[in-house]
Amino acid sequence: MTDQPPAARPLDPPRLVTGGPLLRASGLRKCYGSIVAVAAVDLEIYPGETVGIVGESGSGKSTVLRLLNLEEPADAGDYRLAVPEGAGGNLFTLDRYHRRMLRVQRIGIVYQQPHLGLRMNATSGGNVAERLIMAGERRFAALRAAARGSLAVSEFPAERVDDPPAQLSGGMQQRVQLAKAIALRPALLLLDEPTTGLDVSIQALVLDTLLRLRREQPIATLIVSHDLGVIRTLADRVLVMRAGRVVEHGLTDQVLEDPQHPYTQQLVHARL
Amino acid sequence: MSLADLAHPRYDYSYGFLDEHARRELRRRILKAIAIPGYQVPYASRELPIARGWGTGGLQATLSVAGPHDTIKVIDQGADDSVNAANLRRFIARMTGVATTTDTTLATIIQSRHRVPEERLRERQLLVLQVPDPEPLRHVQPDSSKAREMHAEADYAQMWLSLYEQLVRFGRFVQGASYPVVVHGRYLMSPSPIPRWDTPTLHQAAHLTILAAGREKRLYAVPPYTEVRPIEFDDVFFQVERMAGRVCAVSGARHKFMDELPVAGGGSLFRISDTGYLEKLVRAARGEPVTIGPTYYDAVGRFYQPGVLHEPDAVPPEGGTGHD
Repeated sequence: MTDQPPAARPLDPPRLVTGGPLLRASGLRKCYGSIVAVAAVDLEIYPGETVGIVGESGSGKSTVLRLLNLEEPADAGDYRLAVPEGAGGNLFTLDRYHRRMLRVQRIGIVYQQPHLGLRMNATSGGNVAERLIMAGERRFAALRAAARGSLAVSEFPAERVDDPPAQLSGGMQQRVQLAKAIALRPALLLLDEPTTGLDVSIQALVLDTLLRLRREQPIATLIVSHDLGVIRTLADRVLVMRAGRVVEHGLTDQVLEDPQHPYTQQLVHARL
Repeated sequence: MSLADLAHPRYDYSYGFLDEHARRELRRRILKAIAIPGYQVPYASRELPIARGWGTGGLQATLSVAGPHDTIKVIDQGADDSVNAANLRRFIARMTGVATTTDTTLATIIQSRHRVPEERLRERQLLVLQVPDPEPLRHVQPDSSKAREMHAEADYAQMWLSLYEQLVRFGRFVQGASYPVVVHGRYLMSPSPIPRWDTPTLHQAAHLTILAAGREKRLYAVPPYTEVRPIEFDDVFFQVERMAGRVCAVSGARHKFMDELPVAGGGSLFRISDTGYLEKLVRAARGEPVTIGPTYYDAVGRFYQPGVLHEPDAVPPEGGTGHD
């Protein structure tokens, strides 16, 4: 699948995090009419780190993701990414053009519903290539090679590169989304319930791919899921959201093994 | 004193069919279109005594700029004598008193549907193209308000995606007519349904081109000497239709845009599509004195501006696997 066998790679010794966070968001707030979807959320993600958000349906976790993907304007809040395009300013104040360029270059996203992130009738390779076209690539051979490469990284079968996602299974569609998200080696990867709706064996395969990707490409990742198993497998740190607020946060093991907040306790016990 | 004494004398007739307000608005819109090459300017498309979709956009543009000293030529798919072209020509002549011609070199205004003449247009000539659908993004973005946002942001990635898809599926670009072009490095523009053969004639052209859609109420323009580049990849190039090997059955000419005519027995023969040009070739062959202007493509099929078109041989082997 990949060029280098993963087993040959020695484990990196633990390192002190000395740099600042890649993503710093504070005071995020978003209302839809009278409904407060996100009340006040603070969030930091360091380079190479995976952060999970758990919570029940309607707790505002997907809204946080949409805000961080700059799909919707926040009602209040400050959002900074330590990338050149961010220019150290609040990303919510960027104009449409720069917002789009930043999203293309630096943020990759995988949606729960593939049709949100994919053109279902274009070829899978074309879906991935579009990302590079948006970034200005105009060589057909290079687009083709990059699309194949990126799809291979997400463990998509090479012989189906020219099939449209409409003809693919759910697990394959998620792999195309993932390939598209990582095609330009983004600084930030957003995963919105990436395995929900897949059956258990396919879930495990997609999680394997995500784990391997995390080993090989240290991309700061935010994963939103209501499935604690997914969070336990992937996330270093976890935030528990309820009614638009973060009620508890900490290291994944710590939060899931020794939950402090009554709601988290309820959530963990409901699971176990 | 009566009311009639105070009022202006009544005019039953307005020059060029359009009333003064309509003409003024159209001329201002045309000036704006020229100032922003390739940008679609909305305008109030007027009622005309022909149906929408029969060249009302081009007709309004022509009527608003024509003066009594102009000479007009009207083309429909290369032909001067089709019903549509003849009707439009007669109407314009009756309403403005302009002279009419079928000779491209003598015309000052050329209104055309689906073709650019084979003979090169000069400075101070005006080409008016009738446009059925002005929006080049229509097939990738059916919502026209979203398409306008994409124009505003120059967000044309989806067009290259559709080129990519064409190469993967068919091994070549399959768009025949109205091949999208980028004007002045900024706006994506549909050049109206002219064949790919005519698309490069707009690049750095000496003449002014006005494209007007009557039903869609949009007009846009390519000023003289403006960059007009068809969309293509850096390693897979835009190609015009292959006319090599086709010989005009009437004139014996080669390397002009040909119509294919079916003949009895199942075969076909070719004839030059530009009838005004063909007529001059025939008359010249009979020994009559005619002046034939220089053409866009010479006798061996080379385009008059070097470096604009890539020779078919210069195309690298197909990068895609569309054939397997």
